[in-house]
Amino acid sequence: MTALLTVADMQVTIGPVTPLDGIGFTLDRGEILGLVGESGSGKSLTAMAIMGLLPLSGGRVSAGSIRFDGTELTSLGEDAYRQLRGKRIAFISQNPMTALDPLQTIGAQVDVIGTLHFGKSRAEARRRTLEVLTQLRIPEAAAICASYPHQLSGGMKQRIVIAMALAGEPDLIIADEPTTALDVTVQAQIIHLLAELVRERGMALLLITHDMGVVAQCCDRVAVLYAGRLAEAAAIDPLFAAPAHPYTQALIACIPRDDTRKGTLAGIPGTVPAVSAYPPGCRYHPRCPQAQDICRTTVPDSRPRPSGVVACHFPGPTNG
Amino acid sequence: MIGYAVRRLLMLVPVFLAVSVVIFLILHLIPGDPIDNLIRIGSSPAQREIIAQRYGLDRSLPEQYFIWLGNVLRGDLGTAIVGQRPVSTMILQALPYSLALGGAALLFSASLGILLGVIAAWKRDGWADQLIMGGVLLGSTMPTFWLGLLMILLFSVHLGWFPVSGARNWQSLVLPVLTIGLAGTALVARVTRVAMIEAQQRDFVMLLHAKGLPRWRIHLGHVLRHALTAVVTILALRIGWILGGAVTVEVVFARPGLGTLLIKALNQHDYPVVQASLLMLAMAVMLGTLLGDLIQAALDPRVRTAMS
Repeated sequence: MTALLTVADMQVTIGPVTPLDGIGFTLDRGEILGLVGESGSGKSLTAMAIMGLLPLSGGRVSAGSIRFDGTELTSLGEDAYRQLRGKRIAFISQNPMTALDPLQTIGAQVDVIGTLHFGKSRAEARRRTLEVLTQLRIPEAAAICASYPHQLSGGMKQRIVIAMALAGEPDLIIADEPTTALDVTVQAQIIHLLAELVRERGMALLLITHDMGVVAQCCDRVAVLYAGRLAEAAAIDPLFAAPAHPYTQALIACIPRDDTRKGTLAGIPGTVPAVSAYPPGCRYHPRCPQAQDICRTTVPDSRPRPSGVVACHFPGPTNG
Repeated sequence: MIGYAVRRLLMLVPVFLAVSVVIFLILHLIPGDPIDNLIRIGSSPAQREIIAQRYGLDRSLPEQYFIWLGNVLRGDLGTAIVGQRPVSTMILQALPYSLALGGAALLFSASLGILLGVIAAWKRDGWADQLIMGGVLLGSTMPTFWLGLLMILLFSVHLGWFPVSGARNWQSLVLPVLTIGLAGTALVARVTRVAMIEAQQRDFVMLLHAKGLPRWRIHLGHVLRHALTAVVTILALRIGWILGGAVTVEVVFARPGLGTLLIKALNQHDYPVVQASLLMLAMAVMLGTLLGDLIQAALDPRVRTAMS
């Protein structure tokens, strides 16, 4: 049986630049895949590519394939794509503060999923909205429906965005850093809520994050992106036990632990290069402590590693 | 919402008082003595004194102001120095013409301007956008009196479609409305386009796409509504401008109206008429702003929350 979502060798082009290249991973029902990397590594762009929303920023998938439940998405027409969006593939955006239309009531913004994708009347759609809000344990759902986004807290708004995603009864949810804009106390709540929903309903979740701690807590598998390329992808336990790519090793070393002493919190020196300044060879080599001559000239191929793949000339952990 | 309207209306009271002081004083600061226009050359100082007394011009300025304000509040705008008619009658005769012209011009610029702005934003950088924006540039740089003359030349003199001047029927309204309205249309189209393009880049629009809404629904149901809050502000500011700015157009087309009344009264140093017409124009600006704020509150729940 093939996976629900298979991204293979995907390349994204925006005008003259190619910010994403050779991206590949699979995601199945009931599974949570963490897509990690620093800012600028191409995580959000990958999400946009799967949603078919690259044209909004003038981009396109220029090579490779995205298969969703047997359908090739890269050649799908806009109308057919539109019927997937919000229904079979739902999206949860990064900043709940700006994700909702400030001029429309909360109820109307959730109702539209029912009227648009399920042909419901307004009254039916509202009943369904109240149902979904109640399932998400949102108190006083009817009052919330009548209010406007500026009257709600950030955590509540993100719950509404999640409700909007769930209202479509999707097979796949793409959540782009769903908690970065929230208070730390609310972050854990939202992540657990999402993880629970996915497990309960057998949906697939593509969780975009830069927080390896979150990944360790709730993901089944991880895909690590660096500067628009896939660095490493593997199941969660083998990856954390034996990270093969030096970048993955560095990311894991950055997670604060109980035994981390004050002032010893690790970081990765340098920054992700801009799209226009990708170095030749392995794109991580300027920051890699193990870089050799070949790393500076030759792009590493993806090679198998236990329960996954890694793109490195000298995969660890032996040399880590 | 009603409480908000009442509060906004009360806020206009001090503004009205301040405006009335300015209008009253301006006329006493400009050179020229109205009494000179009322008496024959060679009249004695005693005759001069009688005239000054009759119009209250012998009293102190504050006294004159409060008498004038009291009368205005009772609806008595005084008697015109030239012609000796009640000013309120003159204003009431001129007002319908100004309101018809201003209202029609506003409606014309709002509807056509928003339509053009929406099309330009939808077809951004396409040929339709460039055509509309080219027209907007032309429309907003052409002086109204010049545009009016050109229109008279083409539509009245050459084609004979519309009358050259006057205000007898609806046909006589067409050219003045076009003349005033085109500049407004250009302004509204430009503001609508920019506001829509700006709103399109907001985060929530991306989520609307992600929810699977068709592009036209996102544009007309969400983006346009955001753009309208900016357009309403511009239109509200324009209400006063259109009534006052119609002066040149009223002159070009020889139409009766507040503008014509004001110009004539200024030339004749007819204080009561000038004061009354200025007051009308100032009130139009104030009520226009109020109307704009109320529409704004109806469009944007955040404004309602901030005001309550």
